[in-house]
Amino acid sequence: MPYTRVAPPEGYSAPGIFATSFDKVIGLARANSIWPLPFATSCCGIEFMATAAAHYDLGRFGAERFSYSPRQADLLMVMGTIAKKMAPIVEQVFEQMAEPRWVIAVGACASSGGIFDTYSVLQGIDRIVPVDVYVPGCPPRPEQILDGFMKIQELVKNEALRKRYSPEYRAALERFGIKTVHPV
Amino acid sequence: MNNSFVPEDFLPVLLQIIVALGFVVLVMVLTHVIGGKRKRIRSIRKEENFECGIEVKGNARFPFSVKYFLIAILFVLFDVEVVFFYPWALNFTALSWAGFFEMLLFIAFFLVGFYYIVKKGALEWSKEE
Repeated sequence: MPYTRVAPPEGYSAPGIFATSFDKVIGLARANSIWPLPFATSCCGIEFMATAAAHYDLGRFGAERFSYSPRQADLLMVMGTIAKKMAPIVEQVFEQMAEPRWVIAVGACASSGGIFDTYSVLQGIDRIVPVDVYVPGCPPRPEQILDGFMKIQELVKNEALRKRYSPEYRAALERFGIKTVHPV
Repeated sequence: MNNSFVPEDFLPVLLQIIVALGFVVLVMVLTHVIGGKRKRIRSIRKEENFECGIEVKGNARFPFSVKYFLIAILFVLFDVEVVFFYPWALNFTALSWAGFFEMLLFIAFFLVGFYYIVKKGALEWSKEE
């Protein structure tokens, strides 16, 4: 079966050696071994099942291993309508993920509430957790989910290692009401 | 054959204990050294024991009705009774009438027991005290 190798990052190469920065190497490794946490609540979840199955094969991006424990997950994939009762659960699952972590909102409901413009539905998960990539569609096709996933890979690849320790990042989390310091 | 041991023979064991302890201590120190001074993000919810997203309420170690235990034990009893039927069914023709009457006696014993537990009210699980 033909396959393509992941392109090497920018750097200096000579016969037998390759020199580049830590950021790039770790970014490359992270981007190609993302462990997603599927938070599938409705029809987008069904599309995600197709995405993960053999035909579309999310596994070829290094995301073969889904993590149902937030502690080991890198990417929270929220797929489907998030009712307001479900909102604290999304929030807690996100909060329990270890750094670095990314969030993708798949479908109109997760992105904006979609057609459910009503009192009981959260109007987009970005009201409770920071979202990195939005995938439009109702529901999106597996190709679109893959496209969103590849956008996440780009973000992961180009992230500075110190970003998650920066006060700006903490401030951004605090804006979502997520505590970043143990009060003890 | 020499069956006497001198304390020096146990030196490898002592070494192994020292290496094991040393490794544990070294790793514990090393994590703090490598981890650096940068503080990771911590919060009460992040350090929660459970990962399902639902906040913990109460304690799992609470007392519950003893009736559950009683029913579970009675279930095991009658379950084992059914298990005895299998060898009998496999040797049904060989055991012929003698086996049949023995089984009948066996079930009769159990029926007496069943009558007893029904009379005692062990199966009335929805009855208020």
